[in-house]
Amino acid sequence: MSRLTDSNVLLAHEIIRRYPRSKSALIPLLHLSQEQNGYVTNDAMRHIAELLDITPAEVIGTATFYEMFKFEPVGTYVINVCQTLSCALMGADELMHHAEDVLGVKAGSTTADGMFTLEPAECQAACTEAPCLQVNYRHQYRVTTAEFDELVDGLRSGRLADEIPPHGTLGRNRQNLPADRTVGAVPPEDVTEAPDWIPVAGDAS
Amino acid sequence: MTAQGSYAWTPGYFDDGDRPQIVTGRFPYEDSYTLDRYLETGGYEGLKRALEIGPEATSGEVKDSTLLGRGGAGFPAGVKWGFTPQGVWPRYLVVNGDESEPGTYKDRLLMERDPHQLIEGCLIACYAAGLSQCFLYVRGEMALAHERIAGALDEAYAAGYVGTDILGTDFSVDIILHWGAGAYVVGEETALIESLEGERGMPRLKPPYFPAAIGLYGQPTIVNNVETLANLPYIAANGSAAYTAIGTETSPGTRMIAVSGHVKRPGVYEIVNGSTTFRDLIYGDDFAQGIRDDNDLKAFVPGGGSAPWFLPDQLDIPFEGKEASAAGSMLGSGAVMVMDSTTDIPEAALTLVRFYAHESCGKCVPCREGGTWLLRIVERICSGHGTTADLDQILEVGQSICPGDMPHASSERLGLEAVPFPYKMTTICFVGPSAYAPIHSALTLFRDEFEAKVSPSPKRVRIPVAVA
Amino acid sequence: MSEDVTTETEDASAEDDVAVDVEPEPEPDPNAVTIELNGRSVEARKGELVIAAAERHGSYIPHFCYHPRMSSVGMCRQCLVEVDTGRGPQLQPSCMITVSPDMKVDTESATTKRAQEGMLELLLANHPLDCPVCDKGGECPLQDQAFSHGPGESRYVEEKRHYEKPIPISELVLLDRERCILCDRCTRFADEVAGDKLIHFIERGNQTQVMTFPDEPFVSYFSGNTVQICPVGALTAEPYRFKARPWDLGQQESTCMGCSTGCRIVVQSSRDEVLRYNGVDSEPVNHGWLCDRGRFGFEALSSEHRLTEPMVRTDVGLTPTSWTSAMAATTGLIRQALESGGPSSIALIGGARGTNEDAFAWAQLADGLGIEFRDPQLGDGLPAAILGLPRATIDEACSAGTVILLGPDVKEELGALYLRLRGAARDGATKIIEIAPNDTGLTNMAWKSLRPQPGRQASAVRELFADPEIAEQIASGDVVVVVGRSNLAESPAATMAALSEIVEAVPTATVLPALRRGNVIGALSVGLAPADADHDAIATLEAAAGGKIELLILLGADPLCDVPDHDLARRALAGARSIVSIDTFPTESTRQADVVLPAAAFTEKAGSTTNLEGRVNDVAHRVTTKGTSRPDWMIAAELALDLDDIVGDLPIAMATSVEEITDLLAATVPGFAAATSEAVEREVDGVVVESQPSDLADRGDEASVRNSYSYRLVVSHKMFDRAIGTAMSRGISKLSVSAAAHLHPLDADQLGAGEGGDVRLVTDRSSVVLPVVLDPRIERGNVWVPFNASSDQGGGRVESIIDARAAVTDVKIEVL
Ligand SMILES: Cc1cc2nc3c(=O)[nH]c(=O)nc-3n(C[C@H](O)[C@H](O)[C@H](O)COP(=O)(O)O)c2cc1C
Ligand code: SF4
Ligand code: FES
Repeated sequence: MSRLTDSNVLLAHEIIRRYPRSKSALIPLLHLSQEQNGYVTNDAMRHIAELLDITPAEVIGTATFYEMFKFEPVGTYVINVCQTLSCALMGADELMHHAEDVLGVKAGSTTADGMFTLEPAECQAACTEAPCLQVNYRHQYRVTTAEFDELVDGLRSGRLADEIPPHGTLGRNRQNLPADRTVGAVPPEDVTEAPDWIPVAGDAS
Repeated sequence: MTAQGSYAWTPGYFDDGDRPQIVTGRFPYEDSYTLDRYLETGGYEGLKRALEIGPEATSGEVKDSTLLGRGGAGFPAGVKWGFTPQGVWPRYLVVNGDESEPGTYKDRLLMERDPHQLIEGCLIACYAAGLSQCFLYVRGEMALAHERIAGALDEAYAAGYVGTDILGTDFSVDIILHWGAGAYVVGEETALIESLEGERGMPRLKPPYFPAAIGLYGQPTIVNNVETLANLPYIAANGSAAYTAIGTETSPGTRMIAVSGHVKRPGVYEIVNGSTTFRDLIYGDDFAQGIRDDNDLKAFVPGGGSAPWFLPDQLDIPFEGKEASAAGSMLGSGAVMVMDSTTDIPEAALTLVRFYAHESCGKCVPCREGGTWLLRIVERICSGHGTTADLDQILEVGQSICPGDMPHASSERLGLEAVPFPYKMTTICFVGPSAYAPIHSALTLFRDEFEAKVSPSPKRVRIPVAVA
Repeated sequence: MSEDVTTETEDASAEDDVAVDVEPEPEPDPNAVTIELNGRSVEARKGELVIAAAERHGSYIPHFCYHPRMSSVGMCRQCLVEVDTGRGPQLQPSCMITVSPDMKVDTESATTKRAQEGMLELLLANHPLDCPVCDKGGECPLQDQAFSHGPGESRYVEEKRHYEKPIPISELVLLDRERCILCDRCTRFADEVAGDKLIHFIERGNQTQVMTFPDEPFVSYFSGNTVQICPVGALTAEPYRFKARPWDLGQQESTCMGCSTGCRIVVQSSRDEVLRYNGVDSEPVNHGWLCDRGRFGFEALSSEHRLTEPMVRTDVGLTPTSWTSAMAATTGLIRQALESGGPSSIALIGGARGTNEDAFAWAQLADGLGIEFRDPQLGDGLPAAILGLPRATIDEACSAGTVILLGPDVKEELGALYLRLRGAARDGATKIIEIAPNDTGLTNMAWKSLRPQPGRQASAVRELFADPEIAEQIASGDVVVVVGRSNLAESPAATMAALSEIVEAVPTATVLPALRRGNVIGALSVGLAPADADHDAIATLEAAAGGKIELLILLGADPLCDVPDHDLARRALAGARSIVSIDTFPTESTRQADVVLPAAAFTEKAGSTTNLEGRVNDVAHRVTTKGTSRPDWMIAAELALDLDDIVGDLPIAMATSVEEITDLLAATVPGFAAATSEAVEREVDGVVVESQPSDLADRGDEASVRNSYSYRLVVSHKMFDRAIGTAMSRGISKLSVSAAAHLHPLDADQLGAGEGGDVRLVTDRSSVVLPVVLDPRIERGNVWVPFNASSDQGGGRVESIIDARAAVTDVKIEVL
């Protein structure tokens, strides 16, 4: 049973209210469920379908399109080693092989202790810092084999715990909209006129 | 290695030399992402001026600045804003922060290091074009950017820069930070909109779905790149004249360029648009400072992974759209990837084919099937099992994705004339062709390296396509 | 014939349109746009897609994802052609581009050909070469176009994609993902047309697949359509799989008689056995779609349970005999009844399941014999008077400013009509105001939904018109009332009262009668309608129960299962001195008959049928009758001949062909003059007959308000129940609902009843025990029970607590 917890349901409703149409909240809610369980469960997808009044098939259709959503348990730390051109030119292969040796798993799998999942990844927008990798989507730059060992050690020992939260947590903070200053989302069909600041006759464009 | 919770420096960013800094000026400050620092360094002045001169004058400034989109298409922002149909409301702003084009590294810096500048840019755009809600779509794999923008938005709301009655005027707009979830194609503006609607990020067909006319929820929608918007505070504050004074007439202002690969000093540089040449970028002392180990330059990708490749022959072309197209490629997202003489060209091309095949959304057949077919062939070649027939087959599959002449650079060595950009395509968006462009360049410009890897082909097996 | 089967199965629509449109070129009008197609200048229509225009003018453009009845997605890229709008020729998907003046389209250029061959090679790259064992082989658009527009051979030497071979995604449909070319047709249909978004693309890029959510099958009343529009053999229908090869199929267009929507179909058979129905794109009616009950009902035709020979009751029970002796027995019973009780002691119930000709012949015979007790409905419909109101067509309903739904859940009872109305509401072409006891299939599409207490629809209507917003909406355009029986546990008077309120308030309103049985409108129109309420089915059964009926003739009617008041039906059949049953299957009622005559079934006899619009369309005779069974009309004709001393020389008695009956009908029945055999044969869209003006005799009155101790019973049809046609069709029989008391969760709470627990519904007449189902779609204060549902535990049947004469059925609920 891994539906969203009551507190997350409250949060979900707050997120849904941010959008003119509720289905826009689908990806954020999938992230929310992944933050809760470390991966996206079928129950969570059914629950999200209920919250958005869509079918579970629509939820899984969207969810499986995106790389970041996992549908089985993964390690506490997902290590993505970039394989695209700039990193490849600067030794991504060697780094990946080293990672496989150190963690004792092949790329694409999870260590027995459930601590690490090692994955090949595509360009991480850090091409000048090649070879690079991400741990739970936090960048590590110009990673030497020695530095990789250090990193794994830091994660194992918990030294990096507050820097790198467990898999599923996207941001350690989250945008919160102050009720007193928020305009609020309106369904497009309920808006027919130009916003107040646009000169009435005119049409800014 | 720098663990990146807090920055002592900005990885890859260099501001040496006396280049104008329109969007990267605050990067050297450790606290560049805070509201305090932003205000100390002229933050939100552009917004204030915009509010003074009014929406029409503001969009006028942007038009006059001929600010070119930085997302890849290089379309003038002011003109695009003008495409919204008269009198149709509401209209939305969608910020394209999905930066994932191989080699591209600039938007993430702008979001992590100067989120307020982006927010101010969004506000100016919304104010000028009458956009009543802004969605800041940030690539999911950029945790730090999310944290920094979320923090900045909270500050900005609290300080009255975002939300209701901004700075005591009747200008009111929400900016919503939206998480992507990992799909390169979502960078394409119509796919971005689909994704923002909670759908699979598959591009829509243009026509009829030009976002400015039919975008988010079917409403007029402006989609702009992060760097594009980051230029607005400067333009609004200093006026279009100050902006056009920098760069060239056709490509004013500056551009952030990431130079990566086999160079001595890979990095992100804010360059003067239009005039800076590739030679400056790759060899200049203020820039990448030459090829590592003083090796020879073999080839370079001038505009992100999807761009046809350039050879040393093209080094003196300036960073200017039309000239790049004439030479057979494009500037795209401002990413230069350098390959030195030690590079195994087929292997290098393979990484790009793999990327685009992997990132195909699957909506249209040529990309879904063709991309993967190309990948299989190139993999086979690189693993030593390829045949000479495979080389021609690559071009055959390519013809089904990009019919007719395929753009490529000129080469003195090979006695090749340039075929100008762009290509024709059978696909819905550019992902399909992008899987073919790099392998086509590699094969056209370095066929010998491929031939070295393959063996003469056996007689081809004849496979019926269907059984009667 | 593989040719035309292909056209029928692979969007009939497109090809039909061509067939229809080609001969008369549309004369020059403001909507005409002239384009250049392969060098010749042709006329297209404003807003027309290039692919459609080209096809209309004989240049077929290969395609897979494009379907004329759904929005274009431009995914397969097979329809790329060179289009020149002044900026030089460019490859464009012709399914996405609309024509513009002076546009040049080249569907044959070298570039176009290369692109089309390229796409096909790519489409086939991962497509298995299993055509020889594929159901679609021979009628497969991919196979056909591979030969007509393809490269002939593939250079794809890589490993193909592999998935688990066909997996059932529902009771009726199987999916083979290896064959799927991801054209988005089935998924678009489920979303856009049916509104059952239960199949969806999952994964991405080369891994993209069509799938359901784990353990949530593709449960849709319309799933069969996805099989028909699948351009490859990826989706197959369980009832048809491996039954035949397309080239062995013979086919004929016909009209489905599963319900009164009257969808156009093509009946396909092999070796004298019907093996498949496919939808035909009829512009005014079904747009090519069918419901699964209509589509898969064909299995019943070849059931081994069919009645194949006449039977007469002897002291050892019903025993097979010859037609001669069975007919002799029948005439004997008729003469006997006339002697002992006169014409008023003979009753004729049924006739709505047969053709117009069947009903007409029997009506003529009944007239000849002076039979007054007659009714093609079985106390489950509405007075025939509603047919006297100005009639609307489906198209008119779908384009009316407002549609008022005062009747059943059309999704359950009139599948294709539901799709049409849903589509109209979805496109904003019309606004639906729904007046129903509980949520229906259209509730989420309705502009307004009213939930009056069962029996109190009239006051709901009065309140409705009092609301200014609604009054404004109603005044804003045409109003069509879709009227039928929403609750079988309530007197039709309530609906009639509400209907009169509406027609009084909106005199211009037209009516679309939502009565269920295949040819109920035809039967009522051609002479089987009772003269007055004193002779309708309920009155007849009461007379029989009171021992006043000497001979009860059941014409394809099974009162014991069709009449809402089961107790009355039981007493009536017991009370009738003798019973003659003409039917296709042995039923609870035939078992009590003295003479049983086996009737020819749908597809076994020619003729015509009349749909709820009054549209007369032809019914095809495709296979030979089962055993010695005969068409109803033939039986009537022969009886008329044998009884000519009483009935005189009835023209039907002389008829030697069904066409003669059709023409007799056209000549005799007011309003049917245009529906001659020749016209019905000729007109693709059939002939719409004129309704005969009459006014709603008694406006009927309302039920009282429910007292707070009891619940008000609502009983209505689900698409799949125990009806013989469903029960005898292997595939869909699995889908029939089981009996249960559906309650709003809050009501169940109050009662202390839980999901699955038993409750007893008690009326002063009797009671029934049913398991509880919690269902938020049920209005509070109501308890809903599906009609004629199969029930495993012997708690009795809900029909036995319904009193046909009661205004409503209020029940006390005891939790067991
Ligand atoms: C396959 C593909 C990927 C793209 N990726 C991005 C991207 O990551 N970021 C971006 O800003 N624009 C991207 N674009 C360009 C956008 O479609 C769009 O042109 C741009 O965001 C418009 O903003 P601009 O006018 O400010 O450049 C991509 C386009 C294509 C075809
Ligand atoms: S080209 Fe590729 S990514 Fe773009 S729409 Fe087609 S399949 Fe999707
Ligand atoms: S039919 Fe036009 S793209 Fe498929």
